[in-house]
Amino acid sequence: MTQSVLETRNLSKSFGAIKAVDDVSFALQKGELLALIGPNGAGKSTCFNMLMGQLKETSGQVFLHGEKITGLLPRQIWRKGVGRTFQITATYSSMTVIENVQMALLSHHREIMRFLPYATRRHHPEALDLLDMVHMADQADRHCAVLAYGDLKRMELAIALAHNPSVLLMDEPTAGMAPKERVALMQLTAQIVDNFGVSVLFTEHDMDVVFGNAHRIMVLNRGSLIAEGSAEDIRNNPLVQDVYLGGGSVFGADEEVLDA
Amino acid sequence: MKLDTFLRGLLGSLALSSLFLGTVAYSSDPIIVGEINHYKRMAAFAGPYKQGIELGLEEINAAGGVDGRPLEFIFRDDQGKPGEAVKIAEELMTREGAVMLTGTILSNVGLAISSFAAEKGYVYLASEPLADGLVWGSGNPYTFRLRASTYMQAAMLAEAAAKTDAVKYATIAPNYAYGKDAVAAFQSALTALRPDVKFVAEQWPGVFKIDAGAEVQALERAKPDAIYNVTFGSDLAKFVREGTDRGLFDGRNVYGLLSGEPEYLDPLGDEAPEGWVVTGYPWYDLKDGPAGTFVSAYQARYDDYPRIGSLVGYMTAQSIAAALSRAGSTDSEAIREAFEGLKLSTPMGEIEYRSIDNQSTAGAYVGTTTVRDGKGVIVGWEYKNGADYLPSDDVVRSLRPAD
Amino acid sequence: MELFIAQILTGLANASSLFLVACGLSLIFGVTRIVNFAHGSLYMIGAYTGYTLMQVLPGAIGFWAAIALSGVVVGIVGVLIEILVLRPVYKAPELFQLVATFGVILVIQDVALLLFGPEDLLGPRAPGLRGVVRIMGEPVPKYDIALLVITPIVALVLWYLMTKTRVGVLVRAATQDREMVGALGVNQAWLFTGVFALGSALAGLGGALQLPKGGADLLMDFNILAPVFVVVVIGGMGSLPGAYLAAIIISVLNVFGVTYLPQSTLVLMFVVMIVVLMFRPYGLFGREEVAGEHGQVGEPERPIKPASFRVRLVTSIMLLALAFLPLLGSTYLLVFLTDILIFCLFAASLHFLLGTGGLVSFGHAAYFGGGAYVAALLITYSDTPMELTFVLAPIGAGLVALVIGWLCLRLTGVYFAMLTLAFAQLVWSLVFQWGTVTGGDDGLVNIWPAVWLKPTVIYFYFALIFSVCGILLMRHVQHSPFGYALRAARDSQRQAEATGIDTRRIQLIAFGFAGFMGGIAGALFVFSKGSVFPNELEIARSFDALIVVFLGGVKTLAGGVVGAGFFKGLEETLLRFEYWRLLMGLLIIFIVIAAPEGIVGSLRKVGEHLGLKKAKDQ
Repeated sequence: MTQSVLETRNLSKSFGAIKAVDDVSFALQKGELLALIGPNGAGKSTCFNMLMGQLKETSGQVFLHGEKITGLLPRQIWRKGVGRTFQITATYSSMTVIENVQMALLSHHREIMRFLPYATRRHHPEALDLLDMVHMADQADRHCAVLAYGDLKRMELAIALAHNPSVLLMDEPTAGMAPKERVALMQLTAQIVDNFGVSVLFTEHDMDVVFGNAHRIMVLNRGSLIAEGSAEDIRNNPLVQDVYLGGGSVFGADEEVLDA
Repeated sequence: MKLDTFLRGLLGSLALSSLFLGTVAYSSDPIIVGEINHYKRMAAFAGPYKQGIELGLEEINAAGGVDGRPLEFIFRDDQGKPGEAVKIAEELMTREGAVMLTGTILSNVGLAISSFAAEKGYVYLASEPLADGLVWGSGNPYTFRLRASTYMQAAMLAEAAAKTDAVKYATIAPNYAYGKDAVAAFQSALTALRPDVKFVAEQWPGVFKIDAGAEVQALERAKPDAIYNVTFGSDLAKFVREGTDRGLFDGRNVYGLLSGEPEYLDPLGDEAPEGWVVTGYPWYDLKDGPAGTFVSAYQARYDDYPRIGSLVGYMTAQSIAAALSRAGSTDSEAIREAFEGLKLSTPMGEIEYRSIDNQSTAGAYVGTTTVRDGKGVIVGWEYKNGADYLPSDDVVRSLRPAD
Repeated sequence: MELFIAQILTGLANASSLFLVACGLSLIFGVTRIVNFAHGSLYMIGAYTGYTLMQVLPGAIGFWAAIALSGVVVGIVGVLIEILVLRPVYKAPELFQLVATFGVILVIQDVALLLFGPEDLLGPRAPGLRGVVRIMGEPVPKYDIALLVITPIVALVLWYLMTKTRVGVLVRAATQDREMVGALGVNQAWLFTGVFALGSALAGLGGALQLPKGGADLLMDFNILAPVFVVVVIGGMGSLPGAYLAAIIISVLNVFGVTYLPQSTLVLMFVVMIVVLMFRPYGLFGREEVAGEHGQVGEPERPIKPASFRVRLVTSIMLLALAFLPLLGSTYLLVFLTDILIFCLFAASLHFLLGTGGLVSFGHAAYFGGGAYVAALLITYSDTPMELTFVLAPIGAGLVALVIGWLCLRLTGVYFAMLTLAFAQLVWSLVFQWGTVTGGDDGLVNIWPAVWLKPTVIYFYFALIFSVCGILLMRHVQHSPFGYALRAARDSQRQAEATGIDTRRIQLIAFGFAGFMGGIAGALFVFSKGSVFPNELEIARSFDALIVVFLGGVKTLAGGVVGAGFFKGLEETLLRFEYWRLLMGLLIIFIVIAAPEGIVGSLRKVGEHLGLKKAKDQ
């Protein structure tokens, strides 16, 4: 087996006495579309924030192409080729759609500290290509504050792809979207994975989205990975069924699940 | 405010119109003097001062003006900002046709105008500001000063202090240039007369931000024989109240710079301190001579009693009329030369603008405070001639930059 | 030991008024998010009202009734202000309301002068409480004892009101989540009015209660403002226990400062504030600000684009017209225009920070005055050629800005603003206090330009070139990658950091750059006036610029310059009237209400409405 693109080893995070993420180890392979699911409060976002350097881990490591990246800042991790989208969109609301993308390109080309050129004239074709990839080219010059939420999500995807990332982290990419849009966005993502060989790790609530597109699925509950496998495996896993359907609530003290 | 002034201001503000009026062709009849002051920021002081000027002008013009031409002042508010005052000075001189400048109470504004006047070759009579720098450290040939300076008034109090047995002195002064100058002047004048005195505490409350209780405690802690006070206005009121309540002034000599001026003493009402030796203005006791004439003329004109500012304003108008008359021209250089060594009679007696440092010899009244009919007054006062409280000519020459 | 206890008692008594005024301000901020600069004016009205009532009402009962009634009267004034001035602008961008409160200050100053006259009023004594009691031999004024009793009672009543009554619970909920309270079916508008009334009443009470220790005068509104803001910030904005504790800390420390470090009186509280904010960025009891960041209220800012050919043409023609003015106008016109140009550059440098950077600096005068002082010090002490000082002064100001920015940028929103204010105040007091070098408040004089630059016309062109180039440069930088990165950091720090942008570094450089440009304005200023005084570093100077930037329109590129030109022209006209403050205040309030997006922003709206300008993306 080739070296994995992104790997965590024994990643843990505690907030006081609460273990939000407990000893999580997994690996993302090249070209893989990997889903991380779990009920609310299972630790998905905490896990994500540690991968991106936004939260400092309590213990454990994260490796990118075999290189340790724990302790690095978000912007440093981004430079190493990790892109991300946010659960709640984070966009530059005073700019146009294409300027949002150009911003990421300017950063990628290390032109942030330049005072002379007009920013809007830099990397315009490249930005347009990226927008085209997410079917947003026709909206390039619109003010992004007036966009529909689904369009913002797609724009964010274009931003995340601006620096040719090898890994893409997507935190609930379809949250807040209409069901139809969700499927379309995930199909788009799957397409990009196919075309560019990007590896994607995403969290998701919508099981249709997950089971329809993910190559592999991991289930997190109360900070621990409880299952991993194909869509079929996960569907038939009794533990997972218990978490999602049974009494396996987040803070219910059901020790059996944890010990399993 | 007149409509045409408003319109000119409006046009000036638009500043893009080529219709700009520029120098309006004034009738060349009156001689115009530009007066800049902090009418809003220091309304309590500037009001009586302006009334004094206006009384002076009425008398001068009734007597035929200056060489047959009426004397007119243009009064402008500078918000107490030096930069604004400089701009207004320029406007008064170049657009309103003023022949010279006067005004300000705050020393820093006075210094700003003074520097500007010297640069442009305009004459400036600093009427009220007290800073020694105006005629000494930052002095220049174009700036003259009417009122007895910080140094002079402090020296008068030091003279009185030197006659007592007190050895340990504490000082309290607002934490800015005036306060520091006043303390330094008192210390040097007193030490010169009485080398044995010691200064055991120096308190520096922020101006108009006094924490009176704490200041009184700190002074009490130093156990001085005598206290020298420079605070004024609302600070003085708070200081006197806390000090009296806590017994700070019991059995101690207190010297107060300007504390006896009606501007500062009157707001205290029957809580005015008793037994302080202060500089002030006993208008209520001035019945005879030029001093009394001014008081009755002022009271008749305004149905109000004069403050020290009124007197300074009146003497400002007198000084300028005398200088213009002596100059026989409205040319700046002629006015400047006329001011040098100018002698004139005022309610304070004869004063002279010394040619050595452009400081007038106007003095101050020194007396002891007491409460009479529910009001603070000074008694046993004496008029001290300013000429007697200035340093020797050699010292003055060393203080002044070369002209 | 006896003295020590007496000093503590003095400090506690001093804390009384400070606490009342501060907790009112804190309450208002907590619920309405309005930084109420008119709070000092309410305090002043309280003092004057109390004084007036005490002249009428006899005896001890009359005295205490007068104090209580002052609270009621000022509460009513507060209601009027809230309904007439603030309610129309709640939807405006955050902090815009402070411009309106600034207008209120000006109005109240002139109205107070009209009603109560210019002379200081000595506060009446509390009947039966004249004199001192001896505590362990140390004299303690009886009225101090009364204050020591009253303040905790008021604090307890407030605490009860806030924690045990339904209204109080709603108010506290509103402090945390306004929308939530709205969703509960509470009439938010009246809740705001009520809170404003209560806060105002407390300020009025504070003003009346201090009468026996002082009095009423026309400067007390500004004099109380700085300490009150310090107390609110140290305590944590919106926190009553915080205000109580901070008022005591400041007052007690001040008493000891007076005794053992008499020169410290100017800076002590600002140093305390800086120390507290370094360790507890949101004050002692404050919560992290969530929705406090600039630009979150109101409609989002529009995208910017390089000026079109038409705009460039119009600007060039106007500049050309300016350049030909000396042929037509008087000397004074040139002096006046030079003033405006300098002020425009200063305002534009603040606007760069505020608009593009979203960094609300309350202490921008530090760089304007800083530049002026660097130039003046160089001229005074080292005979530096004037030409060189025009290079060194902005560099000096930029360095000051970098240091202050580095220390302040760990905070955001209002706390950031207050910290910049504290540092600017520190610079001010350094210059003010260090008389042997800076001349203290007697300033530095005779700072005139080199001979070739002395003629007014030449200086006008000099200022014109520097100001216009400076403003155009800043405008260009706003369009450059750096300017975009700065805007990105403001719009979404999260996204910016996640796409490789070191936002803090960008903001720090912007801070230094704005300081540099402010320094140029300062250098131009000092040589045009020939002197510089500490008032160029004062809070008031910072606010001049802040007001014009808000009036011009924060969310527009031209706002700073247009606001500055407009404001200076207005001032020039109004200053000729006796009650110019009243007029100016009313005009500011009018503009705030009529043009909540600033002059430029609202003109643009009107233009779009009339179809003169193409509305984008509707």
